[in-house]
Amino acid sequence: MTQLIPQTGNIPRPFASIVSQPYWDACARGELMFQRCAACNGITHTPAVMCAHCSARDLAWERAAGTGAVYSWTTVWRPQTPDFTVPYTAVVIDMDEGWQMLSNLIGCEHDAATIGMRVAVEFHPITDGVMLPYFRPVA
Amino acid sequence: MPSAFWGKFLEPHRLRRETGGSMAKHPFHDVAIVGVHNTQQARMLEGHDSRSITLEAGLGAVADAGLTPLDIDGVVGVHGADFIYQARIGPVWRSMSQLGIPALLEASAAIATGLASVVLVSAGSAGIYTERTSTAPWTRPTNEFVVSYGMFTAAEFALIARRHMHMHGTKPEALAHVAATIRNNGHVNPEAVYFGRGPFTAQDVLDSRMVADPYHLLDCAMTAEGGCALVLARADIAKDLAKDPVYVLGGNTDHYGPSYQHPPAFELGGRRDPKFINGYAGRRASQMAFAMAGCAPTDVDVCEFYDPFSFEIIRQFEAFGFCGEGEGGDFVMDGTIEIDGRFPITTDGGLMSFSHGGATVQLLQRVIRATQQVRGECATQQVPDVEIALASGGGAGALFNDVMLLGASQA
Repeated sequence: MTQLIPQTGNIPRPFASIVSQPYWDACARGELMFQRCAACNGITHTPAVMCAHCSARDLAWERAAGTGAVYSWTTVWRPQTPDFTVPYTAVVIDMDEGWQMLSNLIGCEHDAATIGMRVAVEFHPITDGVMLPYFRPVA
Repeated sequence: MPSAFWGKFLEPHRLRRETGGSMAKHPFHDVAIVGVHNTQQARMLEGHDSRSITLEAGLGAVADAGLTPLDIDGVVGVHGADFIYQARIGPVWRSMSQLGIPALLEASAAIATGLASVVLVSAGSAGIYTERTSTAPWTRPTNEFVVSYGMFTAAEFALIARRHMHMHGTKPEALAHVAATIRNNGHVNPEAVYFGRGPFTAQDVLDSRMVADPYHLLDCAMTAEGGCALVLARADIAKDLAKDPVYVLGGNTDHYGPSYQHPPAFELGGRRDPKFINGYAGRRASQMAFAMAGCAPTDVDVCEFYDPFSFEIIRQFEAFGFCGEGEGGDFVMDGTIEIDGRFPITTDGGLMSFSHGGATVQLLQRVIRATQQVRGECATQQVPDVEIALASGGGAGALFNDVMLLGASQA
C-alpha cells in the first residue's frame, strides 16, 4: 500500500498561455476557475477563446466550488519522467458545476480510486512554486 | 453479424441507391497502392537518423513498385523535401501532411484530382528517443494541463479503457487476450522487433508489470525505430507495374482535437450527432469509408487495426460496427481475432511486436501490412484470399482515429 501524496520532485511545470493565464493566477491564490459563457451559460474547460457549447466569444471567469466526482482514473507505475514518484493516480473529475478536468488524486491509498468517488480540490506547490490543483477524497 | 446499428445505417451500396444508382464511383477508386516498404525495424537503429532512414524507406517503396525516383511526381512526408532534393526529381507536387492515413488520403486526392500521378509517402524515425528513463518523447507532450500530472500516452489511453470497463464490464482478460493474439502474430514474424519473444498467453499479459492501470506492460505498444514508405499511383499506371495493384476503396479520418492536451473523455464530441463521440472515434470515418467502397464490415477479410494499447482493438470493433457498443470484450474472445478467425487482427504483430517505428512511422505500417495481405505476399500469418482489408490509425486516447479500406479489385 502506498499513500498518494503531491509530487515533491522537480517535475515539469505548466507554462500558461495568453488564454489560460487567469486560470493559473487563480491557482496561485488557491482558487479553481472555469470559463462560463454569457450567451448560453455553458461552461468551458480547458481555457479557450470560444464557448464549447455555442462558439460565442463571450466567456467570463468564474470560481468553481472545487468539488466533484471521479469520472475515470489510472494509477501509473512507469513515470512520465524520473522526476515523478510512483505510483501516482491520474484522474478525470466530473466537477459539480458540469465540467471536467484532469488532475492527480492524493490523500488515499494507490488502489483506492473508484469511479464516482467524491473529491475536493486542494493546491500544492510544485516546481518553481507553481500551485497545482490536486484532488483528495471527501465524504 | 453486423450490429443492429449497422443494419440501419450501412447496408451495402446505400449511398448509390439513395442517388438512384447514378452516383459516380468515388474518385479514390482511380488510385492504387503500388509499392510498400519497411526498412529494418529495431529498438534502436545504429547508423541512422530520422532523415536517412526515411530516405532509405522511400527508395525501397519505389523499388518495390518497379519504379525509379524519376517516376515520382508527388511527395508527402516530413522528409519529403529531402527526397525531392537528393533524388533531384523536382519540380514535383509536395504536401506537408505528416501523419499516417491522412497523408495517404491526401496523396490519393492529389492523384484523383490530377495534381500528381505517382506519389511517395514516407516516414522514419531514429535517434530521437535518448532519455530512456523517461517515456518516449512523442508520448509526453509538454502541454500545461497534462505535463505536471505525469501524463503520457499509456495513462491517456488507460482513462478511456477504464470508462468502457466501468460502463460495460469489459474484463482485463479480454484486453490481455487481444495483446497475446497480436504479440503471437509478431512472435512468428522474422521481421518483427519482438520475433521469437513468445508465445504469449493472456495470463502472461496479466502477469506483466503494471504501467498505467488497467494497462500492463504487455498491453502496451513498444517503442522502436525504423522507416517505411508507400507509393500510390493512378489506376491506369498501376496496372502495368511490378506488383498487383491494391486499390483504395475508401477512407476517412475522425479527429476531436489536439492529442494529449485535454481530459480524454469517452463522451467528448458528438455535438452534431451523439453517435459520434470520441469513445467511438473512427465510427464516422469508417461509415463514410464503407459507403465509398460499397461494402460493410462483414465484407472485410483482415483487420489491420492500430494497436497502441490492447483495449483499442475492442473499441475499434465497436466503433467500426463489427459488433455493438459494449460487446467488444466478448466479441474478441470468441476465436474471432485469431489468424484463422473471422476477423484476424494486426497480423504482423503491430505496434506491440512488429514495430512502433517512431512518432508517426507506425501510423503508416498498418496500411503497409494491409497491402501485403491483399497482395497475398505475407511470409507469415497470410490470411487466405484477402479481397478487402481494413487498416486504421490512432485511438480514442489520442482524440483521433483514421481508417482506410483496401481491395484486390477496383471498386
